[in-house]
Amino acid sequence: MRRDSVANTLLVAGVLCVVCSVLVSITAVSLRERQDQNAEQEFYRNILECCGLYNETVDINQVYTDKIERRMVELASGQFVGPNVIEPDSYDVKEALQTEGQYNLLERSRDKATIKRQEKYSFVYLYREQGELKQVILPIRGYGLWSTLYGFISLDANLETIEGITFYDHKETPGLGGEVDNPKWKQQWQGKVAFDREGKVKVEVVRGRASDPSYQVDGLAGATITTRGVSNLVNFWLGPDGFGTFLDKRPFLETLSTGGD
Amino acid sequence: MAKTKSKDVLLTPIFSDNPIALQVLGICSALAVTSKLETSLVMCAAVIFVLALSNATISFIRHHIPSSIRIIVQMTVIASLVILVDEILKAYMYEISKDMTVFVGLIITNCIVMGRAEGFAMKNSVKASFLDGIGNGLGYSFILLLVGLLREFFGSGSVMGYPLLPLASEGGWYVPNGLMLLPPSAFFLIGFIVWGLRTWKPDQQEEH
Repeated sequence: MRRDSVANTLLVAGVLCVVCSVLVSITAVSLRERQDQNAEQEFYRNILECCGLYNETVDINQVYTDKIERRMVELASGQFVGPNVIEPDSYDVKEALQTEGQYNLLERSRDKATIKRQEKYSFVYLYREQGELKQVILPIRGYGLWSTLYGFISLDANLETIEGITFYDHKETPGLGGEVDNPKWKQQWQGKVAFDREGKVKVEVVRGRASDPSYQVDGLAGATITTRGVSNLVNFWLGPDGFGTFLDKRPFLETLSTGGD
Repeated sequence: MAKTKSKDVLLTPIFSDNPIALQVLGICSALAVTSKLETSLVMCAAVIFVLALSNATISFIRHHIPSSIRIIVQMTVIASLVILVDEILKAYMYEISKDMTVFVGLIITNCIVMGRAEGFAMKNSVKASFLDGIGNGLGYSFILLLVGLLREFFGSGSVMGYPLLPLASEGGWYVPNGLMLLPPSAFFLIGFIVWGLRTWKPDQQEEH
């Protein structure tokens, strides 16, 4: 059979495709479990980092299962929903945002975090120490300069002050906007009062140095737009269009006695 | 094959026939992953692995590849190897693979890999092709590591994440050079390296 004949061309192409696809499939399937574990660990680690439970020595899975409880919230009503409405293990926010009926389109005037689509249901995470509620951790996201920043913000049990903030995914400029990952900067958030007396979100990032340290966080030098984005997204998610209703109704106070799911 | 020749195949791509500095291939990833030395290092290892194995594989089947589909055959081999590397990184070096995002996948389009497959492996023995792959990978790595080292040192004041210059934002004296963290700085650095190499080895200079 000549090398350049049609038959040989088809044969080589066929054999090559089979060999390569078998190789790739075997690798993908055999490593899948490990990769999923990595992703899950990473997720848990971010939640623990946000509420200050993480350091390099802790057993992430152990601490997470012991202290963190995941619940599903309907953002509009601010109430918990059970697995009869949405099955939490199969729910994925990114998927929901692509599924007709599972998200709301935000008008531009209300869309402070520039996310365009908002999910109807969201997870929240409750951090308890021996049954006593310590912190409430909320997923947040919004647009910075180049990218959407994804993260968590954590409030104390009275829902007044911020305990921590962390971003697990963004593509802001390293060294400038990317400094939202800087532990020193994140630490500034701790202890900031989130709301004013009327319950409006007051905490904000200002350009340069904060003049009112109880409500304001220093801006990052050279990252005006990223920090404005962070300020807006915190304002959005803590406000009435985000978790505001949930934070007002505090359904988790009742579940304390029943123990939750 | 004579011994000296194997050595040449392995070593000439590092300084004399460097894929980035002389052949001007693979510039895109040299800009993208070099803001930290650690990611540069992993990228180099990945590229050496892919280059050596794709060269060897293609050389091994070179007498059977019909010329009409040879580019597609090369792409398929390269793409499979890259997916392999990507999957392994995601499983065993998760943190780093997150930093490198799409750039591991983009090794597929790294011109060095394709260029060596078409330009060398199609005509040479398996062993020579394998060494040529490693050699070109090392040449690529030499530039990448140098750029990564300089960018991390001047951009973040550290090497391999280990702080060397006390940063002004943490009470020290060094104000990091923000440009070094942005991709264009790699252009300047590679430019300087090309200048240096061509001054040292004037035969690399192009005719005017």
